[in-house]
Amino acid sequence: MSRLPVFKFRLYVADDAVNSAQARANLAALCRAYLPDRYEIEVVDVFKEPKRALADAIFMTPTLIRLAPLPVRRIVGTLSQTALVLRALDLDGGIE
Amino acid sequence: MQSGRLPVLGAAGKAPTGISGFDAITGGGLPLGRTTLLVGGPGSGKTVFALQFLVHGVQKCKEPGIFVAFEETSGRILGNASSFGWGITASQRKKLFFLDAQPQSDLIQSGDFDFCGMLAALEAKTQATGARRIVFDALDIVLALLPDPHAQRREIYRLHDWLLARELTGVITLKADTDETNAISQQPFGFMQFMVDCAVILNHSVVQGVSQRNLRVQKFRGSSFDENESPFLIGNSGFEVAGARTLDSVDTQVSTERVSSGVERLDTMLGGGYYRGASVLVTGFSGTAKTTLSGAFVQAACQRGERTLFVSFDSEGSEVIRNLASVGIRLDRFVKSGVLRMASARAITGSAETYLVRIKALAREHRARCVVIDPVSTWSRSGTDLSAHSVAERLIDWSKADGTTLLCTRLLDEMSSPAEGSSPLQISAQVDTWIHLNYLVQAGERNRGLSIIKSRGTAHSNQVRELILSDGGVTLADIYTAGGEVLMGTLRWEKERAERVANEASEVAGKLKRVRLDAEEAELEVRLKSLQTELAAKQIEKALLLSSSKSRAGDVSRDRTRLEELRGADASPPDGNGGPT
Repeated sequence: MSRLPVFKFRLYVADDAVNSAQARANLAALCRAYLPDRYEIEVVDVFKEPKRALADAIFMTPTLIRLAPLPVRRIVGTLSQTALVLRALDLDGGIE
Repeated sequence: MQSGRLPVLGAAGKAPTGISGFDAITGGGLPLGRTTLLVGGPGSGKTVFALQFLVHGVQKCKEPGIFVAFEETSGRILGNASSFGWGITASQRKKLFFLDAQPQSDLIQSGDFDFCGMLAALEAKTQATGARRIVFDALDIVLALLPDPHAQRREIYRLHDWLLARELTGVITLKADTDETNAISQQPFGFMQFMVDCAVILNHSVVQGVSQRNLRVQKFRGSSFDENESPFLIGNSGFEVAGARTLDSVDTQVSTERVSSGVERLDTMLGGGYYRGASVLVTGFSGTAKTTLSGAFVQAACQRGERTLFVSFDSEGSEVIRNLASVGIRLDRFVKSGVLRMASARAITGSAETYLVRIKALAREHRARCVVIDPVSTWSRSGTDLSAHSVAERLIDWSKADGTTLLCTRLLDEMSSPAEGSSPLQISAQVDTWIHLNYLVQAGERNRGLSIIKSRGTAHSNQVRELILSDGGVTLADIYTAGGEVLMGTLRWEKERAERVANEASEVAGKLKRVRLDAEEAELEVRLKSLQTELAAKQIEKALLLSSSKSRAGDVSRDRTRLEELRGADASPPDGNGGPT
């Protein structure tokens, strides 16, 4: 298990908007459940750092970017559909 | 937020779009600081409209703009725009910002989301650039990603509020079925039409096989606007709306200057020629010399040095020139010198609207003062009668507004009467001068007759004249009426000849008489001279007689005195008589 890659996430949020708060909570819960001790989350507020949002072409919030492992994945939304998110992050199957 | 956002052009409270016709319809442009919804089907010109609005802002109103592209990439949009020849300079290009906001193909969506990210990015961008105009192109693409109508509505309001709060003039384009009856009820974003301050619907339909684009302003809060559908075209310079002139548009300047029709006697018939800026209609059957008459007009205009455009729907420009040369109208030299531009419109396909826009563009390009369209009746073949009619109407309207002298020919069906009751192109009511050419078949001949049906504001002849084409040019001849029948062609010639013969005979008779009178006069003069000579002789004779009798009397008295001296008589006689006693 220890040689499994570390997941690096960047989550773009819009201040404390409902969707963004949900996404934060969902991501945290998901990581705790499926990626214990091998995840990093950077939260970027688009209102505070709009230039970064522009650079990353973030137009919808919340947007989750999986920076590692490659390839880069983008998931838009509250991340409420756990099964779909897991599949998108290639976390389905290999976990059990 | 930013200063210097007063509109440079147009009415206050409007942001001019620079789209010819559209600003006229809306009285100055889109609502300033408000949001406009642009709805249309695929390929209806939404992106071009929106982009032109931004480009105009940068070029003419000192308003930087942002283009948020949800569908096409900015590179493709710019590539497409470069074909319009808007002449965007590098410095102007720097005031135009493109934001590529296409959802990535690998994008995965889970759950609800909002546009805060985009608005935050735009906030930064508008502050950095001072943008006053913003376009969201194909907003439906991202809206469709939202999970439910409630979320869609929420995000639209978020966007709208953001725009209003920043007083940005916004354009949101949406793809939608523009079938009028369904537009509001069927498409999911129908409520946007209620939310925004201005809604414009673009329509692209095919009527009888001819593509027809129409634009309609559906609503415009706080402003009057032309509510009808207006045809538009995406031409070489972008969007062009055929703006109907509104009632309050300024009266065009009317000229009393006359321009020659190119046929001297026709000018006389018209009391001096056509008016400058008038619309002239020449109707006639096939082969009644409509083109020739237009050619004469063109030649006259070119000789005056006026730039002229000749649009031929029948044949190539070079063919027209060759054909006209056979009747002594030589136009090739004017084409060479650049005064005349021949355009063959056979190549143009499309609706009557397309023709009009192309002709207008050509005329503008050539800076034409005179335009000839030969024949205008082709238009009625393309599209519906209604559209052709309205195009013809606008053609005349345009030429009037421009002060262009317009000459159109119209082919009449051999079967139909010259009174064009059933014709789809009822432009004869609008033209200023209507000349009708027809054939008169008589005595085995077909001759051309010309008559002026109407000519506004000029005294004009009511006479039918015969139109004669020869290699010397176009001339008109009087026709004769004999016994209630008009004589043309050979009959006229015969009549003319008979008259000429009669003239000659009477001339000869007159000459003879004069000679005779001359002779009589000469004779009398001779007689007068001889009599004068005779008189002189008589006078001399008389004078001689007088002097001889006097000298004889003198002699007698002298002789008597001498005699008396000799006789030694008294020196003086006893009485005064001195005569012999």
